[in-house]
Amino acid sequence: MPEEVTSLENSAEQLNEEALIRRIRDGEHDLFYQLIRPYERRVYSAAFAILRNEADAEDVAQEAMLKALKHIRQFRAEARFSTWLIQITVNEARMRRRRDRADIMEPMVNQVDEEGNHAPRDFADWREIPLETLERKEIRQQLADALASLGQKYREVFVLRDMQHLSIEETARALGISAASVKTRLLRARLMLRDLLAPGLGGSWSSKLSFAKGTKPW
Amino acid sequence: MVVSCEEVWREISDYLEGEVEPTLRAAIEEHLRGCKHCTAVLEGTRNVIQLYGDERMVEVPLGFSRRLQRRLEEDMPSGRRSFLGWMVAVAAAILVAGGFEVGRSSAFSPPELRSEHARPGSGVPPNMMVVAAADGKTFHVPGCPFIHDKAKLETIAAAQAIHEGYVPCVRCMSKYLAS
Repeated sequence: MPEEVTSLENSAEQLNEEALIRRIRDGEHDLFYQLIRPYERRVYSAAFAILRNEADAEDVAQEAMLKALKHIRQFRAEARFSTWLIQITVNEARMRRRRDRADIMEPMVNQVDEEGNHAPRDFADWREIPLETLERKEIRQQLADALASLGQKYREVFVLRDMQHLSIEETARALGISAASVKTRLLRARLMLRDLLAPGLGGSWSSKLSFAKGTKPW
Repeated sequence: MVVSCEEVWREISDYLEGEVEPTLRAAIEEHLRGCKHCTAVLEGTRNVIQLYGDERMVEVPLGFSRRLQRRLEEDMPSGRRSFLGWMVAVAAAILVAGGFEVGRSSAFSPPELRSEHARPGSGVPPNMMVVAAADGKTFHVPGCPFIHDKAKLETIAAAQAIHEGYVPCVRCMSKYLAS
């Protein structure tokens, strides 16, 4: 039953969203913030995944939302509004990135052919991690640092799929790539992050927390 | 069907998302039972997905929402306001008018001016004390040399004077005259 309740709630939200979009299209622009409010964080994090700079990400997030309002008549109801909004954000962030020539700062790590197989660098056991660990700011920072060290094409896919929970198809649409590329990049991103974080590598997860190899801090 | 470690790594994402077909799935599970390295990679990858998927991982800068709303208000293309929007705008206007300025402020019951030729005031501090004659048409700063009938003067708040239809003196109150 809970699934049915959730489904009903989702369709109610969807209906509400459709009604809001209709009214905004009819000129009630002041309702726009109500429409985008649930997606603020997602828009910011998509921009940040590409730009890796708080100020730029915030500015681009604002630009993207203004652009969404300006072009709201072009939104087609067959797509989810959130996906469309993220798509605009990704485009804006990529344009900003090109403009600022940030590519030269892109980490050189993992710039290899994405079709190549990724072999784990270590097989340390890393089985149980309670989510409460995320209450610790230093843990969140280590996760953020590991993510920032990935190449852009891996970071984009990982953020949209695993952090914003878009489907493979929605991620592909938002990034303008094929679903197969999303899957390949996602696999590599996940394995690379595991490599960076698994204990026993001398990576951030173990060394910065100063606990002995093989001993879990939780 | 037997799968190698390399094949397991290649399928790990799809396996975790339940997207491998049953025969391959069974083969991977068989492999995992005997390979602690691949089990460690699988569990680690699952941890990655779980940790990053938590909403606490998405942090926005302090004040982000407030700044976003301000930017939207500033740059929003003009459009018709919703009923709610109008109510908010009207409430804001009342607050501004009541708190900071009076004069030509009340959009709801504009005072009937005592002089049809005079210009109403704008932005007069509501609590400013002014003087006006009961049968006169203008209000003045106390001591204004252009007051005609000083014997009948009353000292009242500017808001009250405006409410009663007095208009500002063109000399001593010139800076508050609406253009």
